[in-house]
Amino acid sequence: MSATTSRPARRFRAGGAVRYVLLSLGAVAFLFPFYYMIVGSLRGTTVGDLSAAVPSGLTGDNYAAVNSAISLGRSLLNSGIMTIGVLICTLVFGVLAGYALAQLRFRGKGAVFAALLLVQMIPFQLLTLPLYVLVVRDYGLGDNYLGMILPFAINSTAVFLFRQFFAQMPQSLFEAARIDGASELRILWRIALPMARPAVLTALLLTFIGPWNEFLWPFLVTKNADMQPLAVSLASFLSNLQGTVANPAGALLAGACVLAFPAVVLFLLFQRHFTSTDIDSGVKG
Amino acid sequence: MSVNLDAAPGAVRTSGPAPRRKDRGLSRVGALFVSPYVLFIVVVFAVPLVYTVWISFHRFYFTAPGTKIDSPWVGLSNYRDVFTDPVVGQAFLNILIFLVINVPLTVGLSLVLATALNAKIRGRSFFRAAFYVPYVTASVALVAVWQFLFGSDGFVNHLLGSHAPDPSWLVNSHLAMPMIAVFVTWKQLGFFVMLYLASLQNVGKELYEASAMDGAGRVRQFFSVTVPGVRPATTLVVIYAIITGANLFSEPYLLTGGGGPDHSSTSPVLLMYQKGIEQGHPDFAAALGVVLVAFVMIVSLAARKLTERGD
Repeated sequence: MSATTSRPARRFRAGGAVRYVLLSLGAVAFLFPFYYMIVGSLRGTTVGDLSAAVPSGLTGDNYAAVNSAISLGRSLLNSGIMTIGVLICTLVFGVLAGYALAQLRFRGKGAVFAALLLVQMIPFQLLTLPLYVLVVRDYGLGDNYLGMILPFAINSTAVFLFRQFFAQMPQSLFEAARIDGASELRILWRIALPMARPAVLTALLLTFIGPWNEFLWPFLVTKNADMQPLAVSLASFLSNLQGTVANPAGALLAGACVLAFPAVVLFLLFQRHFTSTDIDSGVKG
Repeated sequence: MSVNLDAAPGAVRTSGPAPRRKDRGLSRVGALFVSPYVLFIVVVFAVPLVYTVWISFHRFYFTAPGTKIDSPWVGLSNYRDVFTDPVVGQAFLNILIFLVINVPLTVGLSLVLATALNAKIRGRSFFRAAFYVPYVTASVALVAVWQFLFGSDGFVNHLLGSHAPDPSWLVNSHLAMPMIAVFVTWKQLGFFVMLYLASLQNVGKELYEASAMDGAGRVRQFFSVTVPGVRPATTLVVIYAIITGANLFSEPYLLTGGGGPDHSSTSPVLLMYQKGIEQGHPDFAAALGVVLVAFVMIVSLAARKLTERGD
């Protein structure tokens, strides 16, 4: 903070110490449950007492146990199909829509943009009941990947991010390409998209955590255990299958680790693309 | 998750009429590019919204795909059922409890952490990542750990010894809803820390210098410069909290075992699920959904008025 530069050095150091204490306390509060989750998932007997925070007698049995109870591989595959389906739709149709909203002129553009903003304000869960009636009962898409993907297919926040990014690009660049006779699709593919790579990464990361972590919708749509994504099968393990394994708490935490791992790793890998400004523009709308 | 219309950068520039072009074909390309997204909005948002309202005025039953049965018009009967059900009142009260705990806690903690993070300090990216990790992690995974941390025989109760609450955190009718509010605060705090961090960039440095000249200490500066300076972000936090509260499902369902002791942590969406799908009264659930949308709009407007009132 710039104010510190004009203040005496002693004050500066005291302020710095307070800063670190605050940040460290925060970091412990945020990370301890994750540490506890990992250690608990690796212990032979996982109990809730204080010793559970100390790694000892580590074993992979819990992972095997949760795998036998809810078939992790199958659940992960379902989560993957659902998430990749959403990512592909968002990338293909979202980039097209974002580009059109930013750089093209067409009838009803204002209305589409207003709808984009409005959609982000509607609490999605409110729509789950009518969507359930439509998708599962009327279209018969229960226990079907299409039914799982449909409500998330095009992520509106990502469309908004694409639009913001394309809107910042100089119009003259596109005009020049148009004069050279390039089609809009070609301009988008050859000029706009390569320049928008950071926005694409951010948008994909934002999009990924939605369907990967989503619980309510796939929970409603999938009754067949073979079709359930990991969040749903882990929740059913949490509420009624714990009795089937020797160390239920450990198995549950092992499942939680598997569910948490991909999103956390992706976030850490792409962290530097994921700046506060992106988040700012992602939530403004 | 977005609300702040007027603050959208570039919104003015491109949503107005673009420079005239001779080629009218261009406009057809734009409409073509945007059409899948429009179709998506119609299928996933517009149709279900209208359908909910329609269902809420009819006696409605689930049917197997392809079968048709009558859904007679029943007027406001479903709404009467919603308003006379005591559990509905409890669910809305629970959302208010959630907001009363979640909003001040989120605003206070994220603003303090963002202020502390707003400097060139060692380990900045580590702290940022640490704060953000719960936000990117699935609720279901985090609920599993919290159940284990706050269970009757859990880590926290072992720490507290005889001071542990009885009945324990998640099964205590006074603590179940506050626990959900604290859980959600914790899970989403990183997002708001980043939001405030971005917002702090817009607070003029000269304001800090001027107030320092006037002899304001750090704490005074925080309340007189920082807090008013990030007001737009605070409005966003409040509106986001209301939307989160209206959406609550996994936490009451999983963390407090299906809505907690005596419905003390039941949320409207959980109730929609229980009434609509478990008990087969989708018409009741639809009416509840419409009431919930109205509730969200009224509370958001009120909150917006409150947080945006002049200094």
